[in-house]
Amino acid sequence: MTRYNKDFEELMALQFAIVELNLFLDTHPDDEQALRDYNRLVEQFEMAKKAYTEKYGPLVNFGYGKSKHPWQWVNEPWPWDR
Amino acid sequence: MFLYQKTLQFPVKVETTNPALAALILEQLGGADGEMAAGMRYLTQRYYMPLPEARALLTDIGTEELSHWEIIATIVWKLVEHATDEQIKNSPYAQHFANHGRNPFPHNAAGVPFTAAFFNAKTDPIADLHENMAAEQKARATYEHLIRMSNDRGVNQTLSFLREREVVHFQRFGEMLDKVQDYIYSKHRRRDDNLDYHRIRQEHDRYGMR
Repeated sequence: MTRYNKDFEELMALQFAIVELNLFLDTHPDDEQALRDYNRLVEQFEMAKKAYTEKYGPLVNFGYGKSKHPWQWVNEPWPWDR
Repeated sequence: MFLYQKTLQFPVKVETTNPALAALILEQLGGADGEMAAGMRYLTQRYYMPLPEARALLTDIGTEELSHWEIIATIVWKLVEHATDEQIKNSPYAQHFANHGRNPFPHNAAGVPFTAAFFNAKTDPIADLHENMAAEQKARATYEHLIRMSNDRGVNQTLSFLREREVVHFQRFGEMLDKVQDYIYSKHRRRDDNLDYHRIRQEHDRYGMR
């Protein structure tokens, strides 16, 4: 029924973990363990974003991902259509 | 600058069409303790926070609130997207539909349109951070009311996630309040900080500190 898929949900999960650690680091800037986790997840997120963009087109507007021809930004289902 | 990432922060998987539930969930789209009020509250407060980490926190939570606003809009949309005229006519969503149709227009569950009068900001970091902590608790309470009134498991999963985020934000704001209070009332300010000493002095006068 929904148009969520594994690639997409994995990306969302990584993004959420990063948001959570980001807020935590804002009030705990000296926490080395949290910073290690943050950097490790950012690396994973970078890879996942690259793979997703290669397969489905840009994930972020305004120059944060290349598109194949024809312009892929307009193609994929929008989040509210999934 | 804001960029758009073509995801939601949390999945929205609605089980069934339910315009009556959509009418209730509008509370968190355009209500007093809703996500739009939260985003505007934090993003306007960040300019004058005395610590750079407080500016970071308000920017980050303010941004997350905008992501929550679009989650709520998506829930409302999905609950009415496929509703028949008959389903809408027999639900409290009919009042919304008369003006806005299926547009997830930001008003509260009682139909009062969103207004900036729903929230406040003072240029006073202590007052503002207390306001934020209260707002997060009020939003948590609203999510609990909504979860109690909803039988849609998909919707409730998303609402539970949003409820939890209110608790986390409350925690972070409390930690930041401690830091800002320590900073304002301590004699050891960082030399390179761009401080509004006039304002800090006024605060100290008001609180009778130092």
